[in-house]
Amino acid sequence: MNTQSKNIKSFRQGMAAAWPICIGYFPIGLALGVLAQKAGIPWWAVAMMSVLVFAGSAQFICVAMLSAGVSPLAIIFTTFVVNLRHTLMSSALAIYLAGVSRRFLALFAYGITDESFAVNMTRFRSGSWNRWSALTTNHLANLVWILATVTGALLGQFVPPAAFGIDYALIGMFICLLVFQLQGRIYILTGLLAAVISVGWYLLIPGDSYIVAASVSAASLGYFLQRRKRRER
Amino acid sequence: MSFNEYLLLFCGMGAVTYLPRALPLLYLTHKKLPQWLIDWLGLIPVSILSALLAPLLFCSDSPRTLQFGKPELLVAIPTLLFALKTKSLGGTVLVGMFLYWLAGYVL
Repeated sequence: MNTQSKNIKSFRQGMAAAWPICIGYFPIGLALGVLAQKAGIPWWAVAMMSVLVFAGSAQFICVAMLSAGVSPLAIIFTTFVVNLRHTLMSSALAIYLAGVSRRFLALFAYGITDESFAVNMTRFRSGSWNRWSALTTNHLANLVWILATVTGALLGQFVPPAAFGIDYALIGMFICLLVFQLQGRIYILTGLLAAVISVGWYLLIPGDSYIVAASVSAASLGYFLQRRKRRER
Repeated sequence: MSFNEYLLLFCGMGAVTYLPRALPLLYLTHKKLPQWLIDWLGLIPVSILSALLAPLLFCSDSPRTLQFGKPELLVAIPTLLFALKTKSLGGTVLVGMFLYWLAGYVL
């Protein structure tokens, strides 16, 4: 295959992988746009935010804090804490991008979200994936996100909430991506541990720390169980 | 707020969003990783997905309580079976949405 058709193939694969993410992002982006508009944030500021800060949950928090009159410094700090979980995802992706040029990585890192991470990780592991497809997925999802948030800010008040069960798109995607990850007993066990710890942490401790806390502790427990089992053999 | 105030705020938020995503990637991809780290990181995706998903299915927010009858959870069971059977991401998303939409009428 020549380079050009290879490039087209990578791009197509990336687009095919991105569409479930886009379906999930669209209603959430719309909702964010509507909220921002109601909070008195102009549409161009929403566009600027989605371009500079591609991070759904942090953007929701930002809108809420802006309308509550919280200082910019506090908003930036909260954003930092909420998005720290992406260090874990970035580290896990590093395994599949060893030795890749820093310029590519700098461009790729911008699009690492919960959803693109899960999709890319699954595809990388199955082997039928290259970094250009992954980059396409990331940036297509970002493009849809920007469009959706701006659309929401401009005309979102006319869109009925909860149309077509669209609120379930991201949950459905997470369920399937979780299934892709279950490749042996240790993965199932680790997943169950993460679920229990996450629910417990979520109930007991306010804020978003449950995601990182549960992931790190479940992966560590799973790792030690795996190692002990290997030693017994 | 003025244009410049927004710009400053979003640049600050953008920086603290981008750096945690970029630094591990830039650092770890140009280093030989020890085997234990590779093994541990291999368990991170399943943990993160499970940690994100479980509270959405088993908890209500404000106030945070444990729940076993949420429509999200009930719909998740057939959606999970569909995902296990077909391994189709797009299909699972659509089936989940359809069942959730249906549940809005039935429940």
